[in-house]
Amino acid sequence: MKHLISVLVENKFGTLNRVAAMFSARGFNLESISIGETEDPEISRMTIVTRGEDRIISQVLKQLNRLIDTIKVTDLTHQPHVERELLLLSLKLNKSTQHEIFELANVFKGKVVDIKQKSITIEFVGSPDKINTAIDLFRPFGIRELARSGAVAIHRGES
Amino acid sequence: MHNNGDKLIGSEIFFECLRREKVEYIFGYPGGALLKVYETLHDVEDIEHILVRHEQGATHMAEGYARATGRPGVVLVTSGPGATNTVTGITNAYMDSTPLVVFTGQVPSSLIGNDAFQEADIVGITRPITKHNFLVKDVRELASTIRKAFFLATNGRPGPVLVDMPKDVLNTECVFEWPESVDIRGFKPTIKCHANQVQKAARMIAKAMRPLFYVGGGVISADASEELRKIAIDQQIPVTMTLQGLGAFPGDHPLSMGMLGMHGTYWANQAVSNCDLLIAVGARFDDRVTGKVDTFATHAYKIHNDIDPTNVDKNIKVDLPVVGDSKDFLATLIEAMPKTKEDRSAWLDEIEAWRRQCPLDYTIEPDSLKTEFVIDEVSKQTRGHAVVVTDVGQHQMWTSQYYKFTEPRSIITSGGLGTMGFGLPSAIGAAFGVTDRPVVLFSGDGGLMMNIQELVTAVYNRLPVKIFLINNSYLGMVRQWQELFHQEKYTFTDLAASNPDFVKVAEAFGCKAMSASNPESARKAITEALAYNEGPVLVDFRVIRKDMVFPMVPAGGSISDMLLARLNPKTMV
Repeated sequence: MKHLISVLVENKFGTLNRVAAMFSARGFNLESISIGETEDPEISRMTIVTRGEDRIISQVLKQLNRLIDTIKVTDLTHQPHVERELLLLSLKLNKSTQHEIFELANVFKGKVVDIKQKSITIEFVGSPDKINTAIDLFRPFGIRELARSGAVAIHRGES
Repeated sequence: MHNNGDKLIGSEIFFECLRREKVEYIFGYPGGALLKVYETLHDVEDIEHILVRHEQGATHMAEGYARATGRPGVVLVTSGPGATNTVTGITNAYMDSTPLVVFTGQVPSSLIGNDAFQEADIVGITRPITKHNFLVKDVRELASTIRKAFFLATNGRPGPVLVDMPKDVLNTECVFEWPESVDIRGFKPTIKCHANQVQKAARMIAKAMRPLFYVGGGVISADASEELRKIAIDQQIPVTMTLQGLGAFPGDHPLSMGMLGMHGTYWANQAVSNCDLLIAVGARFDDRVTGKVDTFATHAYKIHNDIDPTNVDKNIKVDLPVVGDSKDFLATLIEAMPKTKEDRSAWLDEIEAWRRQCPLDYTIEPDSLKTEFVIDEVSKQTRGHAVVVTDVGQHQMWTSQYYKFTEPRSIITSGGLGTMGFGLPSAIGAAFGVTDRPVVLFSGDGGLMMNIQELVTAVYNRLPVKIFLINNSYLGMVRQWQELFHQEKYTFTDLAASNPDFVKVAEAFGCKAMSASNPESARKAITEALAYNEGPVLVDFRVIRKDMVFPMVPAGGSISDMLLARLNPKTMV
């Protein structure tokens, strides 16, 4: 099954490479990986999406922990969390589709970030599932290009 | 000796750090990026630099030294080709968990990434084969990085660490500051075992009727042999060892089962297949040990102690994991054992019956020489007291079967990676570390040729290494597989037409050499070689060319099904 893993790592050159190389060297699936600085500039947070049976995931977590540059490894999958992904979607635009595109973008709370005579770029934020659905529904209009950020995720606060 | 607060250049800091880490030997080879270091070395008197003849040799020497002494081995090589030549040796140390600190020179910081002369991205290249590695970009970080490198190499599960040092960093001045302590927030190995888990292990052991210890190199690196001996003898639990674990328990003790796995003893493999409790300590269920995993120790409750949590449940699912240092595990276990003991004589009798059913033995013919005889004879003449180094192949497996290792840190062999060419340099490294026991190398003719240049290092340093060349002029283990599993197509394994005269080669290097081709001359040559301590000595044993190592578990087979002899390859027991 799909797992969402959050890893705090040292913000040093080569750390992303160490993590990605470990996945490929050990044959683990790596669906997406995203990384950015945290409130502490010495520490970055990586969000990793991977798939595998429990036995594999347990190895993934242990192998991540074993890297010297990883500080904390958390499997968020079964914990309360918020997961988001950013999609930039560039579509072909013409008079006949314009209206429909705007309407659909509204449904997904999309935001137009660029518009030209023959193209439109819309920004979407949502769970990866929602992003997948959006892409599917926009596909008939003609996708010029798209870019996804990969998932980022964080624990939900305690009540 | 410099003090904190002194103004030093990078290369002086480098040696001051090694001094503080109590380094005795550096195995190295100079080059452009390291010229400043070698300039500083000129006036360093308390650390000995050993000049090798190939950087791969340096890494294996450092490993031999580390394995024989338990102290980290130190390598110093230049950038580019000097650095890339260390890759095999580093990988070997990584697979066999040996503490090494490898220092590589690097082109000046300003040229990194420009495809400069003798530039290689050695940090990138060695990321997957080191425990960790560093590029030092600022001389002010040099001392703390070296401190971290030694700390990482030797703590937790040991392993190789690489430090890449650009030329300008080595030549820049800064205030020397040796950090008092090391704190790496991403590295907190579990040393102390969880008390409840140990209690549970003790209860399982107390009630087991057919228990078995399966111990590996972790027991040696944790220095836990005494604890193992105590609990095994107290509780009357037989002990089988992996290749790296040999010597952890005395091979001449009745409870010793020798090695298990592909070329292990028949009785050890039968015991694994029939035990009701398997206590794995400092071992990692390698495929050469388990054979087919589905049929491995299926009747046993499995306890697994290892310092590296990734080893737990990696190849075999266990019932009771105990993460932590093996010495702590065994010591705590001894305390936790209840006073009452089960009578395990029936189990020991059963093992004895397997031992008698298929013992390790060989025949002696007056006119031909068997490797088993050579190893057995060396074992007897050294009373199991030598530091035994091997290369890789048939002779390695025969050594594991016929040399009776009586103490820890006695076998130095390439287990995980199976590196041909490992033997000679690592024997040299061991001889630097150990001076009160003979250092004996068993090598095949194929493997010896792979790093034979290091004979110079042995001769020049007058190291009394006994080089016992098991010469069948075949890549014997590959030949064995060709005969058994590849339709007897002996492609490129027969070296008879191309091998040199090894006695003459050794003599040309200035090494004493002799040959033997029957038991009588072999026995005499062994005695003479063991008595000669003026420098290295090579004995070219012309052994039977097509002998095979048995018993054997074919790759992927169950360890309960062993091939016992060549004559009846179809019959398995």
